Amino acid sequence: MSAELIGAVYIFAAILFIFGLKLLSSPATAVRGNLISSFAMLVAVLVTLASNEIIDYRWIAVAAVAGAIVGAVAARRVAMTGMPEMVALFNGSGGIASLLVGWAALYMSDSAHISTVVDTPDAPAVSAFTMITILISILIGGVTFSGSLVAWGKLSEAISSAAVSLPGQRFLSLFNLIALLACSVLVFVQPAWTLPLVIAVIVLSLILGVMAVMPIGGADMPVVISLLNSYSGLAACAAGLAIDNSILIVAGSLVGAAGIILTNIMCKAMNRSLSNVLFSGFTATTQATKVEGEVKPISADDAYLILEAASSVVMVPGYGMAVAQAQHVVRELGELLEANGAEVSYAIHPVAGRMPGHMNVLLAEANVPYDQLVEMEDINRRIENVDVAVVIGANDVVNPAAREDENSPIYGMPIINVDHARTVFVLKRSMASGFSGVDNPLFFGQNTRMLFGDAKQSLSAVIAQFKN
Amino acid sequence: MTMEAVYLGFVLMLSIFLGFELISKVPATLHTPLMSGANAISGITVVGAITSAGAGLSDWATVLGAIAVFFAMVNVVGGYMVTDRMLGMFKKKEAPVKDQV
Repeated sequence: MSAELIGAVYIFAAILFIFGLKLLSSPATAVRGNLISSFAMLVAVLVTLASNEIIDYRWIAVAAVAGAIVGAVAARRVAMTGMPEMVALFNGSGGIASLLVGWAALYMSDSAHISTVVDTPDAPAVSAFTMITILISILIGGVTFSGSLVAWGKLSEAISSAAVSLPGQRFLSLFNLIALLACSVLVFVQPAWTLPLVIAVIVLSLILGVMAVMPIGGADMPVVISLLNSYSGLAACAAGLAIDNSILIVAGSLVGAAGIILTNIMCKAMNRSLSNVLFSGFTATTQATKVEGEVKPISADDAYLILEAASSVVMVPGYGMAVAQAQHVVRELGELLEANGAEVSYAIHPVAGRMPGHMNVLLAEANVPYDQLVEMEDINRRIENVDVAVVIGANDVVNPAAREDENSPIYGMPIINVDHARTVFVLKRSMASGFSGVDNPLFFGQNTRMLFGDAKQSLSAVIAQFKN
Repeated sequence: MTMEAVYLGFVLMLSIFLGFELISKVPATLHTPLMSGANAISGITVVGAITSAGAGLSDWATVLGAIAVFFAMVNVVGGYMVTDRMLGMFKKKEAPVKDQV
């Protein structure tokens, strides 16, 4: 197929990608949007296979079939609670693929380019522009890959999900960056050393990715995941620049932009800047005002009596619900309450959980209709009229200290104002504080009742009461 | 080469703007599927991988390309399938069943 025709088909694929993303903006059309986007991918792949450049299909066929099987099995098998880990792994595989494409581009000598890098047996000539884009795609791809693996390790608790930083972390990162830059410049000064230098850049990028994600702790995961998502797109985009392929640039930068927007939303929802998330973590340096008061525990039986009388109930899920796998009992209780005549909604803080929209997916899995899911601003507007707010494994996102205590490390973060509801139930295993390590004055509130124990068991006990 | 860089720069810039326009309208409910769907699109790098693996370049480029095809396919197939699975769960409330009132 001629290059012009392929270019035309790439434009068609780009239109389909854009259209597919557009349809993703409503739950009603999202399934179709995803299908259109995957069709665009198919078109792009098929037309590439048909191009004149491709003369040998054996390797492609083997690798593609193996990859498709691995991907399909993983996608089938993963539990909805394991979604953040899965997305991290897919991000990583996209990143390493872009790194490899960038690396392979070293060997695509193209006589049309002006050669500034001398021909060597190791690497034929590529232009300076191509060389720079190759280095960028290796750098971003490498950081995405190793960073995603660390994120996966943290999410699956294979490694500690707490913020881990080496002594002299900043110094080491800086040193790493300087070494990366030096190697990249040397490629131009000493073209004969291209291959060893490129390998050095690969190794340094992988180390950089590990060092970038290690110091970031559990509750900041949504930011990290969306940032890595953005990187995986940018890596594809850089690889596209390196091999001079427009569809890679278009699709890659769409993904890059998507990730940056999500990152920004997550940061706003925590009232923190991106650099603050990446370089500091919630270190409670300022001593938050000590909260004193009496905690009022409640039994499942009494909780039932209050819920039974309530005419409006709001469920506020957090990471604890995911851990306890309580989404199904939450939905069951919600249905019983509705059958009892109460108005039930589910209020979701943007950073609840370990990835953007994590809670929405879990509730959707449990068959909670999406029109019952409400966002933070909507529920806060009418929270005074809510009879009971049920907090299920959420902590920091409902902590009134964010609103009132200027010394609190989470001061200024927008929260769901459950303390303004008439009654608040907090489902918790113990009095331990949330990820940020901040005391929660909510627990001592006049209208707060603590329902201690595993969220799933507590809710099951309440449901059993309803059924009697 | 300079014109080419300028042209690619244009494509890059316009797609980034377009991406911002498209994505900022997606509601919070769909952020996870959006992310995994967008991530699947980043597997477009498979197109570049195919070229490296099949264009009869040096052996080394072929091997690198083949490994890249493998990982990119994991990303593409896994990403689209898992997104589809998730989106399939987002349901509207079925027709009113509250006839006990």
